[in-house]
Amino acid sequence: MSESFTRVELLRRGAATGLFLTIPTSLLAACGGDGIEGEGGTTAASTQVSRELKDQLTISNWPLYIDIDEDTKERPTLQQFTEETGVRVRYIEDVNDNDEWFGKNRAALAGGNAIDRDITVLTDWMAGRMVRLNYVQELDKSAIPNASNLVESLRSPSFDPSRDFSMPWQSGLTGIGYDVERAGEITSIGQLLDDPKLKGKVTFLSEMPDTMGLVMQLDGADPSTVDEAAFQKAIDRLQAGVDSGQIRQFTGNDYSGLLANGDVWACAAWSGDMVQLQLDNPNLRFVIPDEGGMIWTDNMLIPTGGDVFTASTFMNFVYDPAVAAQIAAYVNYICPVIGAKEEAAKIDAELAENPLIFPDDETLSKVKIFDAEAADNEDLKSKFQAVVGA
Amino acid sequence: MAFVHRHKGLVPYLLLLPGLGFLALFFVVPAYYLAHTSLQTGSLDAGYAFTWAWENYTDAISTYHEQLTRSLVYAGIATAIALAVSYPLAYWIAFRGGRWKTLFLLIVIAPFFVTYLIRTLAWQNILSDNGPVVEVLRAIGVLDDGERLLATSTAVVAGITYNFLPFMALPLYASLEQIDERLIEAAEDLYASRLQAFLRVTLPLSLPGVVAGTLLTFIPAAGDFVNAELLGTPREAMIGNVIQSKFLVITDYGQAAALSFVLMAAILALVLAYTRALGADRLAEAR
Repeated sequence: MSESFTRVELLRRGAATGLFLTIPTSLLAACGGDGIEGEGGTTAASTQVSRELKDQLTISNWPLYIDIDEDTKERPTLQQFTEETGVRVRYIEDVNDNDEWFGKNRAALAGGNAIDRDITVLTDWMAGRMVRLNYVQELDKSAIPNASNLVESLRSPSFDPSRDFSMPWQSGLTGIGYDVERAGEITSIGQLLDDPKLKGKVTFLSEMPDTMGLVMQLDGADPSTVDEAAFQKAIDRLQAGVDSGQIRQFTGNDYSGLLANGDVWACAAWSGDMVQLQLDNPNLRFVIPDEGGMIWTDNMLIPTGGDVFTASTFMNFVYDPAVAAQIAAYVNYICPVIGAKEEAAKIDAELAENPLIFPDDETLSKVKIFDAEAADNEDLKSKFQAVVGA
Repeated sequence: MAFVHRHKGLVPYLLLLPGLGFLALFFVVPAYYLAHTSLQTGSLDAGYAFTWAWENYTDAISTYHEQLTRSLVYAGIATAIALAVSYPLAYWIAFRGGRWKTLFLLIVIAPFFVTYLIRTLAWQNILSDNGPVVEVLRAIGVLDDGERLLATSTAVVAGITYNFLPFMALPLYASLEQIDERLIEAAEDLYASRLQAFLRVTLPLSLPGVVAGTLLTFIPAAGDFVNAELLGTPREAMIGNVIQSKFLVITDYGQAAALSFVLMAAILALVLAYTRALGADRLAEAR
C-alpha cells in the first residue's frame, strides 16, 4: 500500500519534502486527481454497502466488447438493463491497454479518490494488482446470485481465490494465428522461432504473459507458476529470435493488419481477433500450439468510489445465460457463463459450435493461465521489455 | 503623453504576463515534479520515496545510451530529409504558387487532419512487403527479393520524416514568402548568377525559417516512439519507447523521469550548438 507508506514517509521527513511524494505521478495523467490527501477512507471492505440502486452506472470497458446495433448505435444489452432496473448506463470504451489505463488512473486511486467509474474491466494480472493495492471494493455477492453460473475453471484465480473482488467479463485464448497458404501448417511455437522459411515474418505480442506463456511451454515449463530459470530460458530464446531477425516485431492488436497484408505469416495471436479476421480471409487459421496455449480473462472490478450495489446488480444481470449469449454472439471471445452456449444456439447454431467462442474440454485442457504475480513482477517485466527493445 | 511615458517600462512586462504564467504552470511546475520524480526510488507495492537517487541518471545513461544515440541520429536524418524536401516545396509555393498558394499550403497540412496514429498505421500499408512501393523498388533492383522496407530503420526514419514534414514546411514558407523579390532581381542586376543570388540573398533571408523548421522537426522527432513501435523492430527502438515502457509497463517512475531529463539535456545541448553555429554563419554572411 503505497498510500500508507508515503504517509509514514511524510511524517518522518517532515512536510516540506514529503508533501510532494505522491504528486509526481499525476504527470502521467492529466485527468488524474492531484494525488495528495484524498478522501482517504474509501478503501475496500470498508463501511456498510448501500442497497439502493443509483440512477446511473458508469462502466469502463475495452472497445468492441459488447453488442451494439450498427444502425441505431444503441447497445441492446444495456438498454435491457435500463428497462429492467431503471438504471441508466454510461458506457465508456476507454480501456485500450492495461498499463495505459493504470498510468492514467493511478494518481487518483493512490490518493484514495474515486475515478468516476462503477465498473472497470481489466485483465487478470492488472486485476490482481488492483486487488493487491486495495484500489477496488468487495462485491456485494448477495446481489449476484447468478455468480453460480460462472464456469468452474475461472472460480478461483490466484489473485482473487474466492472471487470477492472480481467477476470475469470475457476470456480469450492466446495461440498462433497464421496464413496457411503462405506459411503452411503450423502446430508449434518452435516453428515461429526456428523455421527459416518464416524468418522476418513472425510477430509476438507485446503483452508479456501472452508471449512468455507460449514460449515457456515450448520447454515444457508451466507458466501458471513461473520459475525464474525457465523464464530466463524463454527470454534467451526470444532474444535469439530478435537478434537473428527471425522475429520481426512485438505488437498489440496491430498484428491483424500485418497478417492480412501478408507482412506477417505466423504470429502469437488472440482468438477473438482471429475469429474476426477469418471472416475476411479463410486462409487465416488459429491454433493452440501442441505444447500448449494460454487463456486470459478480463475481469469486472469495482474501483474505489464506485457504487457497489448497482455495480453488483449489473454483474448479476450479465451472468444471466440469455444476456451472456447475446453479448457472446457479438464479441467473439469466450463466454464465462454456464448455460450461455445453449442460449446462443437459439440465436445462431453455428455460433454455439464455434470452438473459439465456446471451447470444448479438449481445447481448455491445453491452455494455461499465466502466473498473475509473475506477470506484475518488476524484474521479469524489465527482462521482457529489454527483449522488446525498451 | 506623460502617462504613456511613465508606464512605458511596465507595459511590456504586463503583456508578457499571460505567456510567463502559461510557461510557469505548464512547463516549470511539471519540470519541477519530473525532476523530483527522477530522484525517487521505489515500487508500486512499497511506494515511492525521494532518495536523491542520482543512480537513476547514471543507470539510465549506461543502459540506454544506444537508444538515446539512435533517437538523435534518426531525428537528425529525418530533419535533414524533411529540410531537403520542404525547402524546394516551400520555395515553389512562395514564389510560384500564385493565387493557389493557400490551396497548396492546405495540401501540405492535409495529413494533419488525420490522427497521428492512423497516419502511421497507414504507412504499414504503404511500405508493406507486398505493397506497391516495395514492388517498384524490387523491380528496379534497389531491394533484393528477400529484403523489405517495413520493420526496418528506413521505415522508421521515413515515418518520422513524413509525420513532421509540415512542421518544417510551414516556417520555411513563412520566411520565404516574406522575401522581397526585388532583392533577388537586384542581385541579378548586379551580375549575380541565379545560384549566387540564391546563396547570398534568398538563403540567408530564409535562415530564420530554416532554424525554426529544423527545431520544430528535430525536437519532437527525437522523443517520438510511435514510428519506432509501429514501423520498426526491437532493434530500432528509440528513447521514447524506453521512457514509455519505464513509465507505463515497468512503473519505474524514477528512471523514466531521469531518462526524460537526459533526453531533454541532449536535445538542448544539440540545439544550442546548432543555433550558435548558424548564428556565426550569419555573421560571416553579413560581413
